Amino acid sequence: MKKAVTRLYTFLIFLFLYAPILVLMVFSFNDTDTASRTVWNGFSLRWYQKLFEDRLILEALRNTLIIAVITAAVATVLGTVAAVGINSMKKLPRRIMMNITNFPMVNPEIVTGVSLMLLFVFAVGLFGGRSLGMASLIAAHITFCLPYVILSVLPKLRQMNPNLYEAAQDLGCPPVRAFFKVVLPEIAPGIVTGMIMAFTLSIDDFVISYFTSGTTQTLPIYIYSMTRKRVSPEINALSTMLFAVVMVLLIVVNTRQSKDKGAPAAQREESL
Amino acid sequence: MKSKSRLLSAPYTLWTVLFIVIPMLLVVWFAFTDKSGNFTLENILSVGQYSNVFLRSIWLGAVATAVSLLLGYPLAYIIAKMNGKRQGVMVMLVMLPMWMNFLLRTYAWMSLLEDNGLINALFVNLGLPRLHMINTAGAVVLGMVYNYIPYMILPLYSILTKIDPSVIEAAQDLGASDRKVFLKVIVPMSMPGVISGITMVFVPAVSTFIISKMLGGGANLLIGDLIDMQFLGSAYNPNLGSAISLVLMVIILICMGIMDQFDDGESTGGGVML
Repeated sequence: MKKAVTRLYTFLIFLFLYAPILVLMVFSFNDTDTASRTVWNGFSLRWYQKLFEDRLILEALRNTLIIAVITAAVATVLGTVAAVGINSMKKLPRRIMMNITNFPMVNPEIVTGVSLMLLFVFAVGLFGGRSLGMASLIAAHITFCLPYVILSVLPKLRQMNPNLYEAAQDLGCPPVRAFFKVVLPEIAPGIVTGMIMAFTLSIDDFVISYFTSGTTQTLPIYIYSMTRKRVSPEINALSTMLFAVVMVLLIVVNTRQSKDKGAPAAQREESL
Repeated sequence: MKSKSRLLSAPYTLWTVLFIVIPMLLVVWFAFTDKSGNFTLENILSVGQYSNVFLRSIWLGAVATAVSLLLGYPLAYIIAKMNGKRQGVMVMLVMLPMWMNFLLRTYAWMSLLEDNGLINALFVNLGLPRLHMINTAGAVVLGMVYNYIPYMILPLYSILTKIDPSVIEAAQDLGASDRKVFLKVIVPMSMPGVISGITMVFVPAVSTFIISKMLGGGANLLIGDLIDMQFLGSAYNPNLGSAISLVLMVIILICMGIMDQFDDGESTGGGVML
């Protein structure tokens, strides 16, 4: 009895979580002219075909990917270096740095977005130059991704035995080389986690991009403009494809992990 | 060596000053000046006109947070009691919807909740009357719960798995009933997870602006919509927008300060997990 209730409850919550997504996916195959979201007219792939002919969507996708790649690369390097620095700080400066690092994570996204918009508009007014666009988007994305990189690298640094690094130096290894040969391999899983997070957060971000993009389109911004008009099922096709890609990626990452490390609980938690 | 490696965070510090500290100072500056740049308290004072919007946002955010906690806790508990391998799969299933852009997820609810939507179609087929759901406060709460409930479940789950089973056994050995074990041992020990779950749902819920637009219609304006209107909308007035943002920030900081009082200090872990 108790088990049945548990099962039913779990089922209902997952129904709640997945029903809308399922509906979205099913209607991406709907064969209709009238952009109706709710009447089923038979199976077709027309919306997928249309999607690939939509120059605006493809351009938005390209922008999104460019931004995400640059953001992930810069945030990972800057964040990892910062984490090493923060880790070697004394208690008080370290606390201050951690509080500043946490700030963008607890601050409402909309306020971060608005504040960056003010900065970029202000900077354009001050120095001239082109208005908001790719550059401001990338700077904004790096800003909100940095904390996630730092917070996934720091625990790895703390877990590491500090004697290892000193031992390498005692054995005559120069500091920089000791870092690359000893420290980096130890904290690599944290760095990779941070990088993946930065990449996905950047792709997914809407709120901050919305305020810092000017007229540049990213995929979420384009989706937003589509949802405001009475939209075509192209958007359903697009979401279905994105969801499929993410699912494949997740499965690949997970199986790779369980192969590599036998997936102990701690490891799995980190990859979240 | 240590002093040298401390310098490594210098580029990050510079970045932080440029893109976090200065922008925040700009918000403060705009909030306390008028269009020509003179000091004024007018913006802050006129935020008072919107107190109904603030109250609505806080109220809907609080309801959404409470619903997420009530729905999420049992699920987190159920998952935490499963065996290791299934736990991993379930956690992944909880997270998977978050990987779909929240605009799309909210959009999906539009087609479900509409007057001619799928839920109503189902009702009609079952012989039930149609229900008006879209463009109500309830729809906004639903959208919030739907989008943010994973942020509740995950920290709860991670704290519940950390509870030492021998503590529970000890309580049972000492004669506590299942109910008592749950209320007196498990719930108190999971409080840090509850706290971080509440924070992680409440902050985005209270400051959202898309969900209300898409599911709430025009009648359920929230703080986020108000800010949006001042910066990118029809009511262009960044000074007032900054003042509203500032008040929103202060409200959230106060809420988090209150939450911190309930917390023994070890709660940030759940937040980092994401």
